[in-house]
Amino acid sequence: MAEAKTEPIATRQAYGDALVELGERHDDVVALDADLAVSTQSIKFGKKFPDRFFNCGAAEAGMMSMSCGLAATGKVPYASTFAIFATARSYDQVRVGIAHNRLKVRIGASHGGVSLGEDGATHQMIEDIALMRAMPRMQVVVPADYNQAYAAVIDSYERFEEPMYMRFGRPSTPIVYDEIPETLGEGVDVLREGKDISIFVCGHMVWRALEAADSLAREDGIEAEVVNVSIIKPLDTEAVLKSLAKTGVAVTAEEHRVVGGLADAVREVAAEEHPVPIFALGMQDEFGVSGTAEACMEHFGLTASGIADRAREAMIKKPIVSHAPFHTG
Amino acid sequence: MRSSSLTAPEPDERGSDVHLKPVPDPTPQPPAAGHQPSIAELERYATVLRINCVRMLAVAKSGHLDSSLSAADIVTALYYRVLRHDPSNPKWPERDRFVLSKGHAAPIQYAALAEHGYFPHKDLMGLRSIGSHLQGHPDMTRTPGIEVSTGSLGQGLSMAVGICLALRLDGLHETAHAFTLMSDGDIQEGESWEGAAAAAHFGIPNLTAIVDYNHLQTDGTTEEVMDTGDVRAKFEAFGWDAIEIDGHDMEGIVEALERSRSVGRPAAIVCQTKKGRGVSFMEGRFGFHGKPPSQEQAQEAMDELEARLQEQNRELEGAPSDG
Repeated sequence: MAEAKTEPIATRQAYGDALVELGERHDDVVALDADLAVSTQSIKFGKKFPDRFFNCGAAEAGMMSMSCGLAATGKVPYASTFAIFATARSYDQVRVGIAHNRLKVRIGASHGGVSLGEDGATHQMIEDIALMRAMPRMQVVVPADYNQAYAAVIDSYERFEEPMYMRFGRPSTPIVYDEIPETLGEGVDVLREGKDISIFVCGHMVWRALEAADSLAREDGIEAEVVNVSIIKPLDTEAVLKSLAKTGVAVTAEEHRVVGGLADAVREVAAEEHPVPIFALGMQDEFGVSGTAEACMEHFGLTASGIADRAREAMIKKPIVSHAPFHTG
Repeated sequence: MRSSSLTAPEPDERGSDVHLKPVPDPTPQPPAAGHQPSIAELERYATVLRINCVRMLAVAKSGHLDSSLSAADIVTALYYRVLRHDPSNPKWPERDRFVLSKGHAAPIQYAALAEHGYFPHKDLMGLRSIGSHLQGHPDMTRTPGIEVSTGSLGQGLSMAVGICLALRLDGLHETAHAFTLMSDGDIQEGESWEGAAAAAHFGIPNLTAIVDYNHLQTDGTTEEVMDTGDVRAKFEAFGWDAIEIDGHDMEGIVEALERSRSVGRPAAIVCQTKKGRGVSFMEGRFGFHGKPPSQEQAQEAMDELEARLQEQNRELEGAPSDG
C-alpha cells in the first residue's frame, strides 16, 4: 500500500500511482490513454507494464470502443484522458459500448472543471458529472484529495462490477484525508459535524468547504456540517437525508454546472424525501475562461469565501419552523 | 430438430395477421462437425438465411431487410465455413470473434445464430418486440453468440481492435481471429478510421474488416450522399492488406476470408454488393432502407426465395458432394 500524502498534490497523481498498484495486483488490468498519458499520469502504468498499456493517440472515441472490446474479452480496462474528451467527445462510445454492455471499464477522467486553468473553455469540462449521472448504469466518483483518489482507484477494481466514471483534477490540492482510506465506503463522509447547515461538496470543493466551515464558526457562530460526496452515483441517499434532517438547510458546491451534478443529485433526494431549502454553488449558464487554476476558481466564486457567503445567504432563508428529524436510527 | 423452424408463427405468438406459407424445405441443418460445406451448399444456406430474414421482418414489421440481404452471402460464408465457433459453448475462449459493426443488419446474424442452435429458432419471430431477446440491434447482454453490442455506426472496428489486443495478451492471437462486418455508413464514420489506424499501429495480425459496400444508404446512394470512394485504397493507405471482391460470389468470399487469416497484418475485404440481393424488386434499388416489406412484398420475396431454394435443393441432390 502506498504512503499517504500530507502536502498538496493533484488527484490525477493518485490515479497514476494507484493504477501501478492495481497492475501489480491484477494481471487483467490494462490501461489506455489518448495522447495525454503524462497529463493523466497513466504513463506510470505504461512504463511499468508496456504490454498492457495502449496509447491510442488523439482518438478518444476509438479508445472507448477498444476498451469495450478488451473488457468483452476478459480484461479490466482503465481508459484515461481529459474529462472533456472522456465524456463530450466519446459519449456515444461510452454509452453503447461500455454502459449498455455492462462492462467493467473504468474511465479515468483528469482535468475536470475550470481548475484546468489556462487552456480555457474548450478544455474545461463543467458538465461531465451531469452527463455521466444521466447515463444508465454508469457510476460517478469524484474524490476529494490524493489520498481519497488513491483509495477510489483501488476500490474501483475490488468492489464495483458496473462501469465507472472517475473525475480527477489537474492542480495540486490540499490533503483532506490524513490516511489513505481503506475504501470509499458508501461514498458520503461527514468530515465535520454541525447542526445549523449542511454543506455537500465534492472534489476540489471539499477542502474549501472545510475552510468555509471554520470561517462560519469563527465569524458567525454557525455550525456547518461538511459532507464529502465522493460517490455521486449511486448516491447514499440515507446519509444525505440524515444530514438534511439534522440541519434543515443545505448548500452544495461543485466545480461543475449547477445543473445535473451534485446539486441536483442532492436536490432530487430532498425534494422527494425531505424537502428543505438547498442552495447550489457552481457554474451558471456559462463557459469557463483562461487563467491560472486558482484565478479561474475565484472568477466563478468557487472558493471558501464563496461557499461561506452562500451558506450565510441560506441561513437567512432557512425556515423558522424546523422539520422533525427524518431519521431516528 | 428444426422441422418447424420456418413455418409461420402461431397466431397467438405475435397476434400477427401475417400468414406466410411454410417453406418447402424446412429442415436446414448446420454442417456436421468436421464437415466443410461445399460452395453450392453455402449458397443454399445463404438462401435459407435470406428466407429467415424476410419472415422475421414481415412479422416484426420493422427493421432493415435490404441491408441484411446484401450481407447474407458474407455472413453465410463466415458462420457455415470460416468462423471457428461452438454453438454449444458460445464463450469458448479460443473461438473466432464476429462483430457486426453494421448492427442494423442484425436479422441476418440472428438467422445464422438460430440456424446454428445458439437459441431456439422460434425466437426469430420475436424480433424487435417486447420480451424478446432479439433487439433491433445486437445486444451482447441478451443474445447468446453476440460478442459486443453494436448499432451505432463506426464503433465495431475499434471494438474488434480491443478484442484482438486482449486475445494477444492471452496468447490467443495465433488461434482466434476477429472479423468485423462494416457498412457504407461505417466507412463514413470518422471513428472507423481511428480503428483502422490503431489496428495497423498495434500490428494486429488477426483482424479482418469486411466492408459490405452496397452503395445505398438511407438518404440515397453513397455517391450522392457522401461518396466513400475507393475504400480498398483507403484501407491500404492505412497500412492494411486490402482487396476488393464480388460480395455475392461465394467462392470468392470464402477464399478471401480464409486468405485474410494468414496475411500477418490487418486485412480489409471490400465486398461490392447489392442491397436487397436475392429479392429482385429490391435488389440495388433505393427506398427500402429501414423499411420493412409490406405483406405483399414479403410474399413476393418469399415466392422468389423459395423457388430459388427448391432449385438449389434439386441441384444439390443431383450433384456429387464436392466436400
